[in-house]
Amino acid sequence: MAEIGASSQTNPFRWLVVAVPYLWLIVFFAAPFLIILKISLSDTAIAMPPYTPTFEGFGALGDFLSQLDFDNYQFLTEDPLYFNAYLSSLRIAAISTLLLLLIGYPMALAMARASSTIRPTLMMMVILPFWTSFLIRVYAWIGILKPEGLLTLLLQTIGLLGPDDQVQIFRTDYAVFIGIVYSYLPFMVLPLYAALEKMDGTLLEAASDLGCPPWKAFWKITFPLSLPGVIAGSMICFIPITGEFVIPDLLGGAETLMIGKTLWTEFFGNRDWPLASAVAILLLLALVVPIVIFQNQQQKAG
Amino acid sequence: MAKSLGPVKRKFSPWTDPSATPFIRFENITKRYGDFIAVDNLTLDIYEREFFSLLGPSGCGKTTLMRMLAGFEEPTSGRILLQGRDLSGTPPYKRPTNMMFQSYALFPHMTVEKNIAFGLEQDGLPKPEIRARVEEMLKLVKLEAFARRKPAQLSGGQRQRVALARSLAKRPKVLLLDEPLGALDRKLREETQFELMDIQHTLGLTFLIVTHDQEEAMTVSDRIAVMDKGIVVQVATPAEIYEGPNSRYVAEFIGDINILECALTENAGVCLHEGHPPVVRLESDGLSIAVEQECPAAVGDRVAFAIRPEKVRISLDPPAAAETNTAHGEVWDIGYLGDFSVFLVKLEDGRVLRAAQANVSRLVDRPITFGDMVWLTWPLDAGLVLTR
Amino acid sequence: MKPSRFDSTVLTLCFAFLYIPIIILVIYSFNASKLVTVWGGFSLEWYRVMWSNEGLMDAAWVTARVGVLSATLGTVLGTLAALALNRFPRFPGRMAFTGMIYAPLVMPEVITGLSLLLLFVAMNVDRGFWTVTIAHTTFTMCYVAIIVQSRLLTFDRSLEEAALDLGCPPVKTFFRITLPLILPAIVSGWMLAFTLSLDDLVIASFTTGPGATTLPIKIYSQVRLGVTPEINAVCTILIGLVTIGVIIASITTKRNEARRIRDEHAAIRGAG
Repeated sequence: MAEIGASSQTNPFRWLVVAVPYLWLIVFFAAPFLIILKISLSDTAIAMPPYTPTFEGFGALGDFLSQLDFDNYQFLTEDPLYFNAYLSSLRIAAISTLLLLLIGYPMALAMARASSTIRPTLMMMVILPFWTSFLIRVYAWIGILKPEGLLTLLLQTIGLLGPDDQVQIFRTDYAVFIGIVYSYLPFMVLPLYAALEKMDGTLLEAASDLGCPPWKAFWKITFPLSLPGVIAGSMICFIPITGEFVIPDLLGGAETLMIGKTLWTEFFGNRDWPLASAVAILLLLALVVPIVIFQNQQQKAG
Repeated sequence: MAKSLGPVKRKFSPWTDPSATPFIRFENITKRYGDFIAVDNLTLDIYEREFFSLLGPSGCGKTTLMRMLAGFEEPTSGRILLQGRDLSGTPPYKRPTNMMFQSYALFPHMTVEKNIAFGLEQDGLPKPEIRARVEEMLKLVKLEAFARRKPAQLSGGQRQRVALARSLAKRPKVLLLDEPLGALDRKLREETQFELMDIQHTLGLTFLIVTHDQEEAMTVSDRIAVMDKGIVVQVATPAEIYEGPNSRYVAEFIGDINILECALTENAGVCLHEGHPPVVRLESDGLSIAVEQECPAAVGDRVAFAIRPEKVRISLDPPAAAETNTAHGEVWDIGYLGDFSVFLVKLEDGRVLRAAQANVSRLVDRPITFGDMVWLTWPLDAGLVLTR
Repeated sequence: MKPSRFDSTVLTLCFAFLYIPIIILVIYSFNASKLVTVWGGFSLEWYRVMWSNEGLMDAAWVTARVGVLSATLGTVLGTLAALALNRFPRFPGRMAFTGMIYAPLVMPEVITGLSLLLLFVAMNVDRGFWTVTIAHTTFTMCYVAIIVQSRLLTFDRSLEEAALDLGCPPVKTFFRITLPLILPAIVSGWMLAFTLSLDDLVIASFTTGPGATTLPIKIYSQVRLGVTPEINAVCTILIGLVTIGVIIASITTKRNEARRIRDEHAAIRGAG
């Protein structure tokens, strides 16, 4: 459809609708990335702010360019800690996404197959934890998983664990997986549910009418048609999990390496802002492919 | 539905009067969307108090044309004149036209009253006048009892009437109706067609309707413009369009018709009847056809012969009169429509002609049945030679 | 479709997984004992402790103000952005604009936080209440934009055309027709924005400064030291507030639904 009317384009205030949010995003979203990029290329200084300002007006552009260097990036490639943290982040994100799919898919399917009277209630029950604080949800698991926590107590009570044994999950990768799956489950279930729910029920009836048994109909009809939901859900989970900080920090142990945590430590612990910026830039680069997939998916859906 | 019909309609044909000035004039209108040409250098005149239809399949440019008149789209080139005034650059909210939308576009958060009053409020009319006008409109569309309802609380037919009342409330110079009856079921649609004509006649307004439904266009219109791919193929009264389509496209779009490919063998021959045009003779794979018609084609040209099924007589006996066209064939299929039966007759060379016969008596078993050898006959002035 | 045993088992297990940790957390906020595993009887002691913890209360107040302000700003900007996406099919840099709207949805918070901090440092702005508010406005506006945009997709444009056609100028049409009809989406956008702001730890940690400690930052710093019943009490109150909000929202939706069904019946009666 065309515009409201060619004539209304004469209204100059009309362009404010685009200009105001656009400018806001350029200043507070796009510009910061350029600054990160710039700082990641500058030297650490002990002064506050902890980096040498490298840009003073356009006259100094030449100076500025000559000062840029790839020392921070070089450092990142030299220290295996960062490389390992990247790999570990991607590994944890991949495994978590897979776990989320394995749990979320049956759940979304069960919701989509439930009677239409209780579906809104089920939907609300999935969304409700999402409205409660992320931090609270992670915190809730600390009390359960820690060695002297409720899980130990439960297992001791039912006799699976000796009175002196304790569950050694807290501060390990397992706790991180539990925390991630718990926190991200609604994000996985909702796109899956949306894809499954809008599916035409007569398709399965048609398949059954043509002699296809239910399990085969699932693989041949339901699953392929829900793939957009699977991709959307996976991307919505995988991308932020890769950069996750709170969960590995609160539930993970010293050996849990994740790039978000490394960045946080570089920044708040070591106060090495340029290095933290370099870490951020590389994290972003690692996520470019999944982000592009996600965007395409969104555009197709929109 | 018992109702008083309005005043008897008189013959109305300002378009035949060369001194009449058109009320709306589309002048060399072209509308492009990128590479797509929606309307192609179109010129069209519409007269005051006319009920005018734009008829064509979806994508033919009829809706675009109407939206340009309403001001929602600007023509790429050309201009639209209303009472001689150029409308270019006038925004929709300043044009003396009102539109009834296909989706009705009733404001869901306002009552029926508020919807009807909306346009009047924009004009800043005094409150009592608005109230009076809204009441008048509610009465016109017989919805007085529903004034306080929201659109969601109305049936489809009632919504349609609210939409009509809302667009009439401002007494526009031209009322534009975009597929106004498309969402109604058949019976309601037929009733509403007559109501629309009645209202148009009573209020003396100019109506421009966009539709893809040829029956609707035939019923309500004074004139119809048949459109195809952005151009107007023919503008004429419903009867002229039905009986004298100027092209195969119009002939096939409106009603049912048989078309035979022919070669012209004789043009402007003898005049068989006093006052009728001279005879044109055609040859179509062994079938000779004679038509009384003025024809611009030359001998040897490929032309089409078109004849409506109801003008073809079907009989088990060979024709007696010599001055008709005849064809012989076998009844291949029969379509029983209740009021009519359509016979599909296979000629010796395999071509199929349709003949329709009114079922004037209550016979369940018709005398003509499948497999019968039958004669088809039609007089010289029943068919039409189409050169494009 | 018939409810299978498999489906009901799956749903029971999954919802148990989602809710049991939160329920435990709530229960133990009423525990008289300081130990998580020992039930020392019902007590409101920790709520009293929480109430008298000035740092915590200050943080709650800061969070509420940041939340209301950034949600409101984010809603205005997000609604404008949604209109821009929906109503302006072509403008320079539209692709980039769309990208910037969708990116914060998936952008790791550490990156957003760090980049905004560096911007504020580069602009030589003192960090505190306003920087956190700006940061929250920036990421919440994108969520609002997406919610409002999806409502606008199903918005019948002929309603606006009808208003224009009846003589209503464009700006007035927006306020009389468009805005009232997309208002529910804007309200839910605001609620989501407020919740996201309330919830955020990472971005706030980067962009905050002295005197503007938000509740999540406060909770985080205490949680790192271990589980304390006092935090359970704070969490319980937050959960309670959210639950009440969601229940009110769902009751309103149900009531609207009931009205819609009533309307339909009225329409059917009216048609007869």
